Amino acid sequence: MEAFPFLTIITFAPVVGAIVLLLLPPESRMEDQARIDRVNQIVKILALVFTGISLVLSLIVYVYIYQQYGPDASVPTQEAIFFLEDGPIEWVPQIGITYHMGVDGISAPMLLLTGLASFCGVLISWNINRPREFFAWFMLLVAGVYGVFVALDMFLLFFFYELAIFPMYLLIAAWGWKVLREYAAMKLTLYILIGSVISIVGVIAMYFLMRDAGVTASFNIYDLIAARDAGVFDQVIVENIPFVGIDNVTFAQAWFPFIFLGFAVLAGIFPFHNWSPDGHVAAPTAVSMIHAGVLMKLGAYAALRVAVFLLPEGALVHLPWIIVLSLVNVVYGSLIALVQRDFKYVIGFSSVSHMGLVSMGIATMNVTGMTGAGLQMFSHGAMTALFFATVGMVYDRAHTRDIPSLGGFWQKMPTVAIAFVLAGFVSMGMPGLSGFVAEFPIFKGLFEASRDLTLVTSGQPATYYAIIAIIAVLAIPITAFYVLRVTYRVFFGEFEPARYHDPITDVTTIDKVAMLMLGSTLVLLGVFPFLMSDMVEGAMRPIAFLLGG
Amino acid sequence: MNIEILLWLIPLPPLLAFFIIMLFSRGNKVFADVVSIGAMVGTWVLSLIVLFTALGIGGSELGKHPIESSIEWLPIGEMLSTGEAAPEPAEGTEEGREIPANAVTEEGFRMGVILDPLNTVLIFFVPLTATMIFIYASGYMGTGHYWTLVLEGEDHHDADQHDEDHDVEAHHDDHGHHTVVDDAGRTIAHTDATKWKARFMGIISLFAGGMLLLTMADNLLLLFMGWEIMGLCSYLLIGFWNDRIYPNEPGRITPPFAGIKAFMTTRAADVVMLIGIAWLYSVTGTLSYREILYNEEVLHALEAMAFPANPLLAPLGLSIGGAIALLLFTGTVGKSAQFPLHTWLPDAMEGPTPVSAMIHAATMVSAGIYLLLRFFPLISLGWGHGVEGFPLQMQIIAGVGAFTALFAATIAIAQNDIKKVLAYSTISQLGFMVAAVGIGAYIAAAFHLMTHAVFKALLFMGSGSVIHAVEHGAEHAEHHGHHLPIDFDPQDMRNMGGLLTRLPITAWTFIIGGAALSGFPFITAGFWSKDEILLDAWHEAPIVFWVLAIAAFLTAFYTARQIAMTFLGEPRTVAAEEAGPTGFRMEFPLIVLAVGAVLLGYIGVHPEMPVFGPIFSPDPEGSPFKLFVGKTLLESPELLALEAPSVITSIIVALGGLAVGLLVYGLRPLQSPDSTDPLKRLLGPVHTLLANKYYMDELYDAVFVRPAQAIAVFIFLVLDRGIIDNLIHSIARFTEWVGFRNKDFDTEIINGFGDRFARSVAQTGQQLKYSQTGRIQQYLVVVATGVILLFGVFLYTIFLR
Repeated sequence: MEAFPFLTIITFAPVVGAIVLLLLPPESRMEDQARIDRVNQIVKILALVFTGISLVLSLIVYVYIYQQYGPDASVPTQEAIFFLEDGPIEWVPQIGITYHMGVDGISAPMLLLTGLASFCGVLISWNINRPREFFAWFMLLVAGVYGVFVALDMFLLFFFYELAIFPMYLLIAAWGWKVLREYAAMKLTLYILIGSVISIVGVIAMYFLMRDAGVTASFNIYDLIAARDAGVFDQVIVENIPFVGIDNVTFAQAWFPFIFLGFAVLAGIFPFHNWSPDGHVAAPTAVSMIHAGVLMKLGAYAALRVAVFLLPEGALVHLPWIIVLSLVNVVYGSLIALVQRDFKYVIGFSSVSHMGLVSMGIATMNVTGMTGAGLQMFSHGAMTALFFATVGMVYDRAHTRDIPSLGGFWQKMPTVAIAFVLAGFVSMGMPGLSGFVAEFPIFKGLFEASRDLTLVTSGQPATYYAIIAIIAVLAIPITAFYVLRVTYRVFFGEFEPARYHDPITDVTTIDKVAMLMLGSTLVLLGVFPFLMSDMVEGAMRPIAFLLGG
Repeated sequence: MNIEILLWLIPLPPLLAFFIIMLFSRGNKVFADVVSIGAMVGTWVLSLIVLFTALGIGGSELGKHPIESSIEWLPIGEMLSTGEAAPEPAEGTEEGREIPANAVTEEGFRMGVILDPLNTVLIFFVPLTATMIFIYASGYMGTGHYWTLVLEGEDHHDADQHDEDHDVEAHHDDHGHHTVVDDAGRTIAHTDATKWKARFMGIISLFAGGMLLLTMADNLLLLFMGWEIMGLCSYLLIGFWNDRIYPNEPGRITPPFAGIKAFMTTRAADVVMLIGIAWLYSVTGTLSYREILYNEEVLHALEAMAFPANPLLAPLGLSIGGAIALLLFTGTVGKSAQFPLHTWLPDAMEGPTPVSAMIHAATMVSAGIYLLLRFFPLISLGWGHGVEGFPLQMQIIAGVGAFTALFAATIAIAQNDIKKVLAYSTISQLGFMVAAVGIGAYIAAAFHLMTHAVFKALLFMGSGSVIHAVEHGAEHAEHHGHHLPIDFDPQDMRNMGGLLTRLPITAWTFIIGGAALSGFPFITAGFWSKDEILLDAWHEAPIVFWVLAIAAFLTAFYTARQIAMTFLGEPRTVAAEEAGPTGFRMEFPLIVLAVGAVLLGYIGVHPEMPVFGPIFSPDPEGSPFKLFVGKTLLESPELLALEAPSVITSIIVALGGLAVGLLVYGLRPLQSPDSTDPLKRLLGPVHTLLANKYYMDELYDAVFVRPAQAIAVFIFLVLDRGIIDNLIHSIARFTEWVGFRNKDFDTEIINGFGDRFARSVAQTGQQLKYSQTGRIQQYLVVVATGVILLFGVFLYTIFLR
């Protein structure tokens, strides 16, 4: 397996696709409508082929990784292992930048998710206008996302991270909802850029610290791990903070919150979440799917991989208060979703709420909770992609997302209604669906982290985790309520044809295929969680071990 | 065949039927009927095999060595449990905190099935009642109609027809499709209640599958899955007629809202239960029944762990086991509709009648009681073993149960909807069972659960049959030119009367069911089971005994009222006049269940009971039911002595209640639908309070729903859009302002300097160009002037120095 450059191909196939598309003649150069249609048809098929290549390869990678962590594999160790590496290739040796790709049990599900969401995104956008440009940017975005998940060099990671943001801006600003698109695109880009710049500064600081300490200084993750294990990041950098009375602050303690929150902005952590609902709503359907489905996971993934994994000592100090932010996310997001009039905003805020559970799972600092976080990343990604797909289908036909103006869509588009209800039940954590498989370990992890189960609020920082769990479950009935409210208002009741300009038709087979792919994933993971939990757990164990879990 | 495989197979046929119907039926009703009933009968056959195997093995053997089978499912946290086994203990909380290591499985989470005496009981009655309900449903969902809104530009006939190409019953075509304009000016029309029948049969199959999954589960998580599948199905089924409206009754809850209400209420309770599950899992490292409930070490540890260090909770004296038991009990409060979460259940009557029977008898509400029975070892931690009184969790459970039993019974006497009376009666009867668990009457609760399931299914289906007949009567009446009011309610008992002669089978089976519900002595199952509960209460908790006795009296009273108003007297409307029998598919299940409602009681007769005891319970240790089910527990509960006052009270309240009810409503029946209820004359405003269910719905609306909405709006508008977004916008605006100032600085100063410099150079040039005239003479003059000036300077420096 190692000989074939799977990861490089997965990452760059969409880039190649984008270039190929841009080589085709643009619509403005073609006079005749038949030719335009023909070229557009080719464009769409090419987009499908190139995202399909990545999807198939990531499925192969997933199966391979599954075998590595499976029951027949060796006992999971407490050292991080990455598979399918291309080996570090010197890229800019002067400052220690390498080209190095690999996957582990956390990133393999994310690869699969990206493949699914992008492939379905292409299917859903079958009738987009100006497909050539749209799909070109779309695939560039997808390439950036893939790159982050496979990068083992921090510089490479940032490179892809920024690569993902730029096409996002164009896609939203050019194809988005006219009312909000410029504002939302700008808001999103600025938020994420500022966050990532803070994180970059942190990583560069790590680099210089390594150089000064005399260990091999580079951005490669193995060198960073070696430096971490050598205690480089535990140097005291601030002897004393005046007035506060905190002494001997180490590098890890000082920098952890910046690096973590810098990435967590993209995961929508409170109070830096506001770009996300606006961004989701303004984006065209396929971009919303990638955006909420995968892009937000980049933030959580990078926060885990860089901040928690490399600066565990800082995590131990700071995660106990960051969990409060994620708790706010969970409850606050769901409450806001409850009172939205705009169909898409409901889902937008539900993403804020669910991503809170991811950071909450990370903040439990034990294997159970972190495994839950990993599963939640996947489950939420597929679920929310399905949500946005259904919302997009309703909106495309009704030309309104105002909930009180809709109704009775079950009669017109039963498949969409079923898909929405399925995603809804995943989001409220119904057992037997993937949401439960992800959320239950998170809640259990919180109880495990709360070592003193007698609910004492004083003493160790982790003793209040059980209380966090108890408050967080409030979000479950609230989620149930907003999902049912929307289901009732949009899909149930009488259908009034007079309200809409065009006759409402059922969705196409292509749309149904996309919904089936996403929906069956949710059910499959819910019924057979071991298909994913083994590998996520195996990869989370070394991280949790660093945190004492 | 191997018995373990059969256990796995039991929930399977209905689940498969659900998928087959949903995927392939395409609205074909006959196909759906055949598949769903076929699957359910298949499950019933399997369950009978399992049942007889279990009976063959015998209670004591099965209790000690249940049949089990499991597979690994979710490998979470297994290494962690051992890795974290020794956290540094907080000060002063060491004693009794260690969980024995054997509770921690190294293999991850296992899912499996189990067969022990307790779920054998459920395996007996769940498939039986479910099969009857399915057969009944196939008949019930074949006819009928309800009001829907007609929208402009829509041909109603077409809207009805689209998915019933395969309909063979086809008796909806010749009636019902007329439109009316109601008081609010809306056009309304009858729509066919059978239009989604195939979907209905599919969902109830899933419902039954969920219940069977719950029954067979060997761990709390699988139980919870079945539990939630039922929650989902009840939502879908209660809101089944999702376009139904009630003309001229604007305040009445419509089916979709009733579905949401049911789902939300139970869901809210379920998350509390989920906390309990997560807590239990964290403490013990497992959720398997056998590993927690049959492991003395684990139980002792759970009992010993108190809340010693928490100043708020310490005075309660609750152990961790007790606290977890209370969290799980909250799930029961939601699912089994106990006070204060009972309000969803009466509204759940908006669903089609088979659903009501399904929810109230066979499945959902039974699940809550089953959970309590299953976790009885946890609930009863700290009870018995020479300790006086009940631990806190049992007191709470008994209190909630007894209060609910009485509370719901008082509401039931003032209801006029035939299904609502039964709904409140269900809440009340479930209260009996919960109270029984709370006072440690394990056997009595299980026994009442079983008998109640049978006779309540009978009553609900009987009431459905009545409603059906009255609906038919109304249609006939309309055909014959009678005009019924637009809001004619076929479920309102005031519109009935005199149905005994018109639908005799329904009437007599209903009366048998009613007698069982009231506890008619010696010949009904309800008597034996209720008597058991009262006997336990007499021994253990006199207050509970008296509360339950009053509730039992009221039960008999409202049952008599219901029978009298429905079946006795003369028909009060033309619809009741025209009502007729409802057909084999609806009446056959009634007969089967009526037989059960009489005979089932005899397996649980107290051995000391005169005449009946020696016949049915030859073993002085206890009745056959007790000897079988009691073995589920580690220590089989001891037999309590039969007390004459208890039995006599039980007989008196049952007969007394029936007699009073018949006196008030039977001797002088209501004359017309509008005549005043005699009870209203007697009770006055209290009756209004009861009829309005103590205004609980209004209270909840004001206390929970509105504030939650207000908080959400506040958070969205003030916090999110107001503060956070405005902060961001201010930062943006500030940045923009800085940018503009920067631009000003740049254009004015930096750029201005360059510009002005350039401009002044250019201007200088402009000025200077005039000196470049090109004339030699002028240049000469300039040169000469310069020379003279220089010469002057020269002279000056030489001579004047």
